[in-house]
Amino acid sequence: MKVLITGMGIITAVGTGTDETLAALKSGRSGMDVVRRFDTAHRHIPVCEVKQSNGELRDMSGIPSDKRYCSRTALLGLIAARQAMRSSHSKTAGRRIGLVNATTTGGMDYHEVHYRKMSSGDVCAQEVELLDCAGGTHLIADVLGITDNVTTVSTACSSSANAILTGVRMIRNGLADKVLAGGSDALTRFTLNGFNTLEILSPTGCRPFDANRNGITLGEGAAYVVLESEKTALPDDILCEVSGYANVSEAYHQTSSSPDGEGAAMAVRKALSVAGLSPDDIDYIHAHGTGTQVNDLSEGRAVESVFRNRTPPLSSTKGSTGHTLAAAGSAGAIISVLAIREQLLFAGAGFHRPMPELSFQPNTLLRQATINHVLSNSFGFGGSNTSLIFSRY
Amino acid sequence: MDKTTLMEQLKVQIIETLTLEDVKPEDIDSEAPLFVEGLKLDSIDALELILLLEKQYGIKIEDPKARREVLQSVSSMADRILKKEKNNL
Amino acid sequence: MQAYITSIGLISPQDTASNRFSFDLKHENAPVLRCVEPDYKQLIPPLQLRRMSRILKMGMGAAQICLNNAGEIQPDAILVGTGLACVNELESFMLSMLDSEQGLSSIPFINSSHNTIAAQISKMLHNHSYNNTYCHRGTSFESALTDALMLLNGQEAEHVLLGGIDEYSEQYHSLIQKTGDTATAGEGAAFFLLSRQPAGKVFGRITAAQTFYKPADGFIDAFLSDHHLRHDDIDTVLCGINGTESNDQVYGHPAEGIFRRDTQWASYKHLCGEYTTGGSFALALAACSLLNGRFPASCILRNRRRPQRILIYNHYHRLNYSLVTVERAQ
Repeated sequence: MKVLITGMGIITAVGTGTDETLAALKSGRSGMDVVRRFDTAHRHIPVCEVKQSNGELRDMSGIPSDKRYCSRTALLGLIAARQAMRSSHSKTAGRRIGLVNATTTGGMDYHEVHYRKMSSGDVCAQEVELLDCAGGTHLIADVLGITDNVTTVSTACSSSANAILTGVRMIRNGLADKVLAGGSDALTRFTLNGFNTLEILSPTGCRPFDANRNGITLGEGAAYVVLESEKTALPDDILCEVSGYANVSEAYHQTSSSPDGEGAAMAVRKALSVAGLSPDDIDYIHAHGTGTQVNDLSEGRAVESVFRNRTPPLSSTKGSTGHTLAAAGSAGAIISVLAIREQLLFAGAGFHRPMPELSFQPNTLLRQATINHVLSNSFGFGGSNTSLIFSRY
Repeated sequence: MDKTTLMEQLKVQIIETLTLEDVKPEDIDSEAPLFVEGLKLDSIDALELILLLEKQYGIKIEDPKARREVLQSVSSMADRILKKEKNNL
Repeated sequence: MQAYITSIGLISPQDTASNRFSFDLKHENAPVLRCVEPDYKQLIPPLQLRRMSRILKMGMGAAQICLNNAGEIQPDAILVGTGLACVNELESFMLSMLDSEQGLSSIPFINSSHNTIAAQISKMLHNHSYNNTYCHRGTSFESALTDALMLLNGQEAEHVLLGGIDEYSEQYHSLIQKTGDTATAGEGAAFFLLSRQPAGKVFGRITAAQTFYKPADGFIDAFLSDHHLRHDDIDTVLCGINGTESNDQVYGHPAEGIFRRDTQWASYKHLCGEYTTGGSFALALAACSLLNGRFPASCILRNRRRPQRILIYNHYHRLNYSLVTVERAQ
């Protein structure tokens, strides 16, 4: 059974909606700036924040007025989820609709600000409701009226790639007719400090696959796709097919990927096999490409081991959007869909000098090309490696 | 503080910082490599040891190469601390 | 869809980690039911053990007990459901950060990642298979169970290691209490080896599992008919009553419900407390009771009988509902 993407919605530092996202990717614009939304000792570290305040996001999201308390993660999620559902027009009445949401921070953006107030006893049920990973999912389910197969996945930076993988399998296994899948994460002081203790944040802005890369640039945002089968999808909605998917566990280290990229290569190979494709069929790789020393070398070696000396054009868009954590996998899915729809190869921002260890360098020039199959990688802490393949339909 | 006493102190602090429950100070060879071989420490432990030097001895090392040299063994860590004390005199 | 339960590892407030699966420890008037924990040094490699938080030890310990019981089996997938995951590490890192953003240790941050438990289990087993973590509060475990059923029925896996785990958090519990939930809190780590074919010691067979969010009336009827079951097929309902009115009224009065009047009703939260993945304890209890031919006396609410087909019916804060059917394998 073919599972298709029939709707999508996205919000990141480079814009709201697929049109703004596409325009930013075409122009090579980056959303990078200093931290503006909260106080931190690490203000000098560049990040990619969504420009709107929480109040502005509330207005954009159409959140019911009785939901007085809400996390930024949930607001971002609701905005992108509504866009996605609106852009997919097949009927929902009488059909089983699923929601597979992903987040790594849950309500942390609210928690870290209001912790002391809440623990002193000044707390209401709505505030507690939004603290964990399920809080944002519940909000989306409430507003969109979804009651079956509502769940949340959390596997660090591969979370929303796994949400899509789960959603595809729900349809294939007959559990749902239509699934909204994706992820959302607001930038928090918690994440900024967490990644900072690991010393993997770039002081100058991330440069994926560059010889002088010096770390991640954190971003924030949300991205969702609507998945359904050929049985229910309206022809005009069909954007592409999710033809391949795989998650493997590298089982190497708590935070690091292996230097030889074995786990990443396994994920890519398995996804190709699910799709029934050979490496030569892939026309573009949307790489995880975080810009850390370890990831880009590991991912680069994985790509070399699968594609040998015929590596297709590859780029990471984290130089534009930053690393949006739980939204990164589904944002990658949407960028892959745009590449197929527009027949465009996107360039990775931030690249200057090729890595001496690798035989290839990322695509630096926006150009038209025939794109039938796109591979999108998402790798997370704990060796959670997920590869998805999107195919022209 | 002389180097032997300092190294004994460091071993206790390393065990405590890295929660090496079954290791006793006398099990740690002062000259043996701390990483990969020896205690089989990893990159997360390295960050903890850098924090230990910072918090307990006021030594901040940013350069990755210098870090690798200092964190080679208990002895090399002690040398770095003694160098700082000497410079402070 | 179906799956055979071929092994269980259970760390709970009962004497279960020892594999005796005896469910008769009393925690009279305890405000919180805490786990009776095994000696983790016997279960987890020392190098991995040293940086571990308590919930990680509970998860890896229960997973290892489960696999020890199963013999030499490398699962084809590792799935974990955890409502609050490593909430204590999350809070620990957040509190340090609120004090000062300088000189922070990375370890609580790393350990606060929600997929740490499943990832560390894969590392312990050198297992490269599909690894996923569901964090959906009261249906985290049942979401993972649903995924396991998909894997086994889609023939993507022969054996799935499935766990439900949550640790008591004083901070989170006090927040819940302030909003009016007065149930006795609990915790636990339950791991199952689910297999496509019966092999070795079979505890029981799971025949259906489904999660619901704020379901409409009649969802149990719909669930049963979706899975080709009649109300009369269910001889035991294992329900999640916890002694608080707002929670328990959902389950209605056993005699007036949709099931046969002689249906056995049983409960379990007096044994494990209320926590977001309590459904995993319920499944372990149901499986052991199918094997033993009876539920522990303290669990029976009405009509003691030999269980053949059990419906596990649970909800959390009237938001997350789950239904699971498990029956004797023969």
